[in-house]
Amino acid sequence: MSAVAAAPRVVYERPAVLTDVSTRYCPGCGHGVVHRLLAEVIDELGVAGRTIAVAPVGCSVFAYEYLSLDWCEAPHGRAPAVATGIRRVRPDAFVLTYQGDGDLAAIGTGEIVHAAARGELITTIFVNNGIYGMTGGQMAPTTLLGQKTTSSPTGREASLAGYPVPMTEMLAVLPGVAFAGRGSVADPSAIGKTKAMIRKACEAQLRGEGFAIVEVLSNCPVGWGMTAPESIRHLKEVVVGTYPLGVLVDRTGGKRNAGAPHPAPSARATRSGATAQEG
Amino acid sequence: MERSIIFAGFGGQGILFAGHVLAQGAMDEGAEVLWIPSYGPEMRGGTASCTVIIGDEPIGSPIVDHPDAAVVFNPPSLAKFGPIVMPGGVLVVNDSLIEAVSGRDDVDEVRVRCTQLAQEAGDDRLINVVALGALVARAPLVRPESIRAALREIVGRKRPEALEIDLRAFDLGLASASQAPSAPAAQAATWSDVGAAR
Amino acid sequence: MIAHPGGSRRVLMKGNEAIAEAAIQAGCDAYFGYPITPQAELLEWMARRMPEEGRAFIQAESELGAINMGLGAAATGARVLVSSSSPGISLMAEGMSYMAGSEVPIVLINVMRGGPGLGSIQPSQSDYFQAVKGHGHGDYRVPVFAPSSIGEAMELIATAFEVAERYRTPVMLLADGILGQAMEPVDLRFRRPERIEAAWALTGADGRPPRVVRSLHLVPEDLEEHNLHLQEKFRAVAEHEVRWAGEQLEDAELVIVAYGTAARVARTAIARARADGLKVGLFRPISLWPFPSALLAALAERVRGMLVVELSAGQMVEDVRLAVEGRVPIAFDGRTGGMVPSPDEVVEALRELDTTGLAARRSRRARRRQPGPVSGPEHTHERTPLAASESGHEALSIFGDDAWMPLWYTSPVPSRRGGKR
Ligand SMILES: Cc1ncc(C[n+]2csc(CCOP(=O)(O)OP(=O)(O)O)c2C)c(N)n1
Ligand code: SF4
Ligand SMILES: [Mg+2]
Repeated sequence: MSAVAAAPRVVYERPAVLTDVSTRYCPGCGHGVVHRLLAEVIDELGVAGRTIAVAPVGCSVFAYEYLSLDWCEAPHGRAPAVATGIRRVRPDAFVLTYQGDGDLAAIGTGEIVHAAARGELITTIFVNNGIYGMTGGQMAPTTLLGQKTTSSPTGREASLAGYPVPMTEMLAVLPGVAFAGRGSVADPSAIGKTKAMIRKACEAQLRGEGFAIVEVLSNCPVGWGMTAPESIRHLKEVVVGTYPLGVLVDRTGGKRNAGAPHPAPSARATRSGATAQEG
Repeated sequence: MERSIIFAGFGGQGILFAGHVLAQGAMDEGAEVLWIPSYGPEMRGGTASCTVIIGDEPIGSPIVDHPDAAVVFNPPSLAKFGPIVMPGGVLVVNDSLIEAVSGRDDVDEVRVRCTQLAQEAGDDRLINVVALGALVARAPLVRPESIRAALREIVGRKRPEALEIDLRAFDLGLASASQAPSAPAAQAATWSDVGAAR
Repeated sequence: MIAHPGGSRRVLMKGNEAIAEAAIQAGCDAYFGYPITPQAELLEWMARRMPEEGRAFIQAESELGAINMGLGAAATGARVLVSSSSPGISLMAEGMSYMAGSEVPIVLINVMRGGPGLGSIQPSQSDYFQAVKGHGHGDYRVPVFAPSSIGEAMELIATAFEVAERYRTPVMLLADGILGQAMEPVDLRFRRPERIEAAWALTGADGRPPRVVRSLHLVPEDLEEHNLHLQEKFRAVAEHEVRWAGEQLEDAELVIVAYGTAARVARTAIARARADGLKVGLFRPISLWPFPSALLAALAERVRGMLVVELSAGQMVEDVRLAVEGRVPIAFDGRTGGMVPSPDEVVEALRELDTTGLAARRSRRARRRQPGPVSGPEHTHERTPLAASESGHEALSIFGDDAWMPLWYTSPVPSRRGGKR
């Protein structure tokens, strides 16, 4: 052991925008991890002061208590429309939506599709836990086939309730989407990759490249009827089978790798021009 | 006459279940009952409570200003409900988790080592059933046999393998409060005045 | 569970679940909904039970989806239930307007929670205006029934289907979070209304002229004619479907007017006030539209004042004032945002009204002694025919004995029944 005491070095600390309150999430819930990742990225990009975030209706409705930012609460599912309104009158703002899978993939399908189609300069963090957590564990459009929930008591059956909706894949085909990817909170390595994607999605907005979304596969131990460790194992071993991880489309930096059929909408170029002027 | 009982504690302590069993037992004796849970996200990890009202006519208000009895499982619940129990009422306190006392000399405060008794019965989670036993011992709301029948119906239907332990936990709670130090005869007399005061 | 002389069984059931089962037993063919607290258990019950019965259940992608699925199913003549809670009902407003316009019978339940906006999830009655005066756009009305107990809600579901189909109209059942979440003993005795032939329903124009279910009438003359037809129908509803219940009105000097959960709080408050010597009765509207205005006006002729109790900042109180037309002082006591007034608060409000009510009576007497224009009706303290029947059902129901059984009048345990009041 060295006799010389090294100067203390900070290896881990609370991101500045993450508030010092204990959350209302259940023990083991993934929302907290996603909050932290988002907070770290916002700190790193130095955009906290111009961020206007839009909160969903879902367990994360109280996100405004945990991230010290300006927040607007949207009606259930309408966050992308609310964010669009903000974006169009605040070209210098950094605009985020944070949404659950019931919020984004069920009641808000129309809003998310058209915000993406317009190539709105907003970044969406889409927390997919395959269930309606807040209302007591009912089936979501993302619920896995066979999964038992309080409204699919015998397990989700395709003949009655259809198939899990790969929202992010669906959005990725839209030319207005600059970046789309799927990460998870299952383990440190996945969390690291998820953070990199969130950063990318935020940078896409800052560079005026288009709509960006990161889907984060998360757990809901209470809704899934599992202990926290069981739910993490399930996430890693089962959920990723339906929802593969990775970048789904990356059109940032002039890349057009997904064979997007159309050039970027010209309206977007105009708006990013405005951003550059005012920023 | 109406009697109201509040059960309160952490979410996950079986608060709603204890109230359900009491309500079922009372109904089976022919009484009118109303069971009202606290509901919503605050139940997760936070405080949960439920109110049971038992009467001989259809129940009126679901809102109770002063319960005739309270069964409290954690310190915040004692702080919240201890002071509002009707004078002459019964206060069952989970002694395993609550050190504080209510400080009231006008209620029958019954302290029950819920966790120990539940362990003795065979499942340390059954503090709710133990406390229910203690409540029934001190507040003549429902006959113990009716509670046992209600347990048979509710637990027997969902988890028949757990029924024996539930019944044991109930009986241990019942016995522990029947032997408790304060004078039961005097308390019983006071209890029957509760509600009449209303 | 105990056996009953009548052969029915008494079980402890959660409001949302009991209502759902009652709808199934009333012959509901299809249910559409979307999860929302405090009505989620209704959807969950349907998720399990409707497939068991071989009937249609869909958890829609939104309340917009649910109500429009309802429109489609009901347009074929199916018996359809849709349910939600306040924020979801706002989304259904559009569908309600379309169904009122195209005369599609459907039953919609609102298990109200605190608003405005996302509000709270606690019990509330702050959607009274929405239910009674509106939801969507256009010149229309919708019958609204407000149960006060779980058993009554179960009966009113059958009534709601009946009224919906008889008049070809959406019908709303207005409950609140307590009614949805509480458990009460209920009789497993259900009523399944007769089906009447739907000679308008879309079944395929096989061997008959095609039918159209629509609300569009582009020519204003046509739309006016259609609207006048609707108005005619609303008049018939107003004439035949008024429902209410009264308690201790014979000797009452003061009356509480309250519906749903507020009426239960009032009931306890009245017992306490009577113990203190105040002669108080309860008037409980069950149909909020049509509102029992005529009966309230008659009642106002023989009491000193009325206290309206609501789980809101004061909504039904406006209809009471309109009905009573200044005959007696109308006081209001309510809590809002998901709070429920306690019986003691209500007793306090009664005491206050007692004093102002006395003052009002004195000044009215004084006015009457003065010459000049008549300022109040001469027969102020005469008994009206109202006293003959305590329950609106006997006076007004057109469905016969079984149609309407307020739990408060029919305690299901015979041994405990009896002239206690
Ligand atoms: C119009 C409307 N309908 C329904 C609700 C009830 N509601 C609240 S949260 C929620 C679903 C939340 O699920 P999700 O978006 O997956 O978020 P999670 O809680 O799982 O994080 C619903 C249906 C509402 N608030 N508004
Ligand atoms: S219900 Fe599920 S999503 Fe909501 S806080 Fe609990 S674990 Fe998280
Ligand atoms: Mg979810």
